[in-house]
Order: sequence, then structure tokens, then C-alpha cells
Amino acid sequence: MTIKADPQSAEEVIRKGLEELGADPGRVSREATFESLDVDSLDLVEIAQIVEDEFGVELGGDDVKELKTVGDAIDLVVAKSA
Amino acid sequence: MSRRAVITGLGAVSPLGVGADALIDRWSRGETGIVDGDASCRDFDPLDFLSRKEARRADRFTQLALAASDEALGEAGWEEIPYDRRRVGCVIGTGIGGIGSLQEQSAVLREKGAKAVSPLAVPLMMANAGSAAVAMRHGLNGESFGVVSACAAGAHAIGAAVRMIRAGTADAVVAGGSESAMTEVAIAAFASMGATSPTGISRPFDARRDGFVMGEGAGVLLLEEADSARSRGAEILGEVVGYGASSDAHHLTAPDPSGTESARAIRMALEDAGITPSDLDYVNAHGTSTPLNDRSETGALKLALGDDASAVPVSSTKSVIGHLMGAAGAVEAVATTRALNRRVAPPTVGLERFEEGLDLDYVPGDARRLDGEHRLHAISNSFGFGGHNAVLCIATA
Repeated sequence: MTIKADPQSAEEVIRKGLEELGADPGRVSREATFESLDVDSLDLVEIAQIVEDEFGVELGGDDVKELKTVGDAIDLVVAKSA
Repeated sequence: MSRRAVITGLGAVSPLGVGADALIDRWSRGETGIVDGDASCRDFDPLDFLSRKEARRADRFTQLALAASDEALGEAGWEEIPYDRRRVGCVIGTGIGGIGSLQEQSAVLREKGAKAVSPLAVPLMMANAGSAAVAMRHGLNGESFGVVSACAAGAHAIGAAVRMIRAGTADAVVAGGSESAMTEVAIAAFASMGATSPTGISRPFDARRDGFVMGEGAGVLLLEEADSARSRGAEILGEVVGYGASSDAHHLTAPDPSGTESARAIRMALEDAGITPSDLDYVNAHGTSTPLNDRSETGALKLALGDDASAVPVSSTKSVIGHLMGAAGAVEAVATTRALNRRVAPPTVGLERFEEGLDLDYVPGDARRLDGEHRLHAISNSFGFGGHNAVLCIATA
């Protein structure tokens, strides 16, 4: 069963995912860029898999490519979940 | 003046512990790293060497290779790369590569479907991952690749590296082997073909031997071109003075019982080193503890060394760490180099019952002092499923 994403739950899931991938928890914020967190394209595919697991939201390669910040990812998940 | 490959750094992670010294110290004391048939690297924690992110982006075989290469570069005093990075190569052998990651992702595929398979699966399991990761970690821009030749891979990797240095295409090469394949599938597969010991005891050359004990680990030699190493003031630990390789072209897994081609590889290594059998001070045997290998290897040594075969001490590292497969040749080259430096032949631990025809001096009991003050020479044998034979000849500085 998946749940609907709201800004809070999406942020929580993405934050947890990033930390699991090895990002520094102290540096994860809405404004942080993936580049500054040393999150690359392979990491973003894993984040997409986690998000799909949790919210049933499918993020394609093109969606993920456009993401620059953690906030971008949260907003996209919430929008796609709506 | 021809170019030569000297050894300036050693690194090893083995069932005897983390570090080349743990390997040689404990083996020389006759201690074993095999506990109840288990030859894993229990003391190894990847997070001692890697960040969490680095660790999850590397299969365990790659983590082991990174730890061993850190040690080798550290021993050589390479805080900065002392050469043009484009002329520093990296060759890491493996028998299987990231089979643990492959097995995990196969389970994910079955349970959750194709879309859940990790994007890291390929870079984790590819057999060249060890070489790629070591080159990336240290910024080595020279030729780098993996070597895959089953249980001869570590020795082939070092042989290839020696040739790169001699040919002038590299000034230094990080060379070795790494393996971590103790997964359900691999354990079942080796058992199914009757290669591994049902009793979980590794006792090479003993009449009761019944197969090898699968182990994991990594070994790395830092090789540098001799003149360059000397001019930077490096401490020289030894030299890979010879390399010989051949193929049985005989059977999928069984060695040619005549030992013809493995003997030829041994002779090639000696010729390459410019020495004769009587110059050999020590033989580090492949010595797997399988009924077939230990007999055919004994035959090959007799064929290659003639009457001198019975005079030289022959021992098997696998008696204390099991069979590290693609890492074996490299870890054993590390052990051989350290043993020569300490002028000691470590024992074949557990050898008690002798078998008709297996009549070389296998150093049963305690480690033996290698007498004299001369430059010491040893060979380290590695033979792989598929009939791959690779022999290194190593000398003291």
C-alpha cells in the first residue's frame, strides 16, 4: 500500500533516503543542491525507487534529470502524487 | 639498462587479519585464520577505510581491494603520487567479481520486479570494479583493467603489471587481486562440483585432504620501475624478477595430471628471472588441499626443478587462510615477499599424514629459517579452473 505525498511526508521520505545513501544529514535541506550533497545520477535513480515504493509515484529519467535541489524533488513528488 | 619492477609497498586483508604483517606474523607462528571451516575476513570493517557512501557503492570484493591498496601505498610513502599520474597503472584480478551484489539483486528482481533493481547493480558486480575503484580513489590515470582467470587472477594481474613496467608503458602499477564470493550460490556451486572440503579443513599435501576451504580477502603489491623507485629514495622490499604463464588446454576444471604446462610456467618464470632451480630458496605452492591439485602440483615441481625439487622448502599459505581464489595469487605474493624479507619459510599447517608420491619438503610443523646471506629467490604458483597457470618469481631487494 502506498500513501499520498504531502510536502511534509515527501520531505521526510526524501531526507531519509538521502541519508541512507550517505549524504551528510546536517547539510540536507530544501535549498541544498544535489551537487553540493554529492548526489549523482545513480543516487537519484535510487531516490526515485524509494519514492515510488512509498508513494506509488513514478519518476522517469527525464523528470529526475531536471532536479537541482532537494526542494525540487519534494515539489515534484507532491505534484505527481496529487 | 632494462627496466625492472621492484616492490615498494604491500597490502593484504585476509582471514588472518587486516594487514600484510598480520598475515605473515600469524602464519609464521602456525596460527590459522580458518574458524570452524569459515575463512572470512572477520576483522575487516569497511567503514574503517571508507565513508558510508563509498562503502555502499562498492561490493565487498572492491572494499577489500581498496583497503589492501591503501596499505600498500601507505607503506611506500605515497601520500602524494610521486609520478606522472598518467604513467601509474592499476591491475586488480578477481575470480568472480561482485557475486554477492548479483545474488542480492537477483532476489530483488524476483521479489519486487525489474524496476526495483538497483542502479548500482552493474558497477557493484562488474569484475573490473576493484581496479576502477582503486584507480579512482588514488587518481591513477594510467592503464587500468581487471584480470579474470579464476584462481590464477591475482598472479596474472601482477605479471601483467610487471610487463607494463618493463615495456615502459607505466612507471608504477598498483597490482593485486581481490575476492569475496562466500555467497549461498557460490558455496553451493563449488560444493556441487566437489571442489570444496566437506569437513571444512584445509590441509594441503596431507593424505586426508578433501577439498579447499573457500576464503575471502585481497592482496596488493605496489610495483615501481627500479631506477625511478631508487631515485625517489623508496625502500625496496623486493622485486618481481620473473613471470611465466601457460595453459593446460586440458579440462574445464581438472589440472592436467602430467603437470606439463604448469611445469613449463615454472621454468619460464625461472628463465625470465635468469636463475636455475638450484638458486630457488622457497616455493609458495598453490597447494589448495584438493586431491587433484596437490598431486599434480607436486609432479609439476618435480618436472620443472628436477633433482632440486626435493631440496627446496615448499609451503602453502592456504593451510591457514583457505583458498582466496582470485585474490590467492596476490595475497600469496604478499606473503612470499614478506617471508623472504624475514628470511623464513612459513609452515604448511596441519600437514601430518604423508601420501605416497607427495614427497617434497612441505615444511610441516614450524616455520623454517632460510639460511645464508645471499639474495633470496622464491616462486609463487597459481593455477586456475580452466587450466590457467601463472607463476611469479620474487626476490629480496
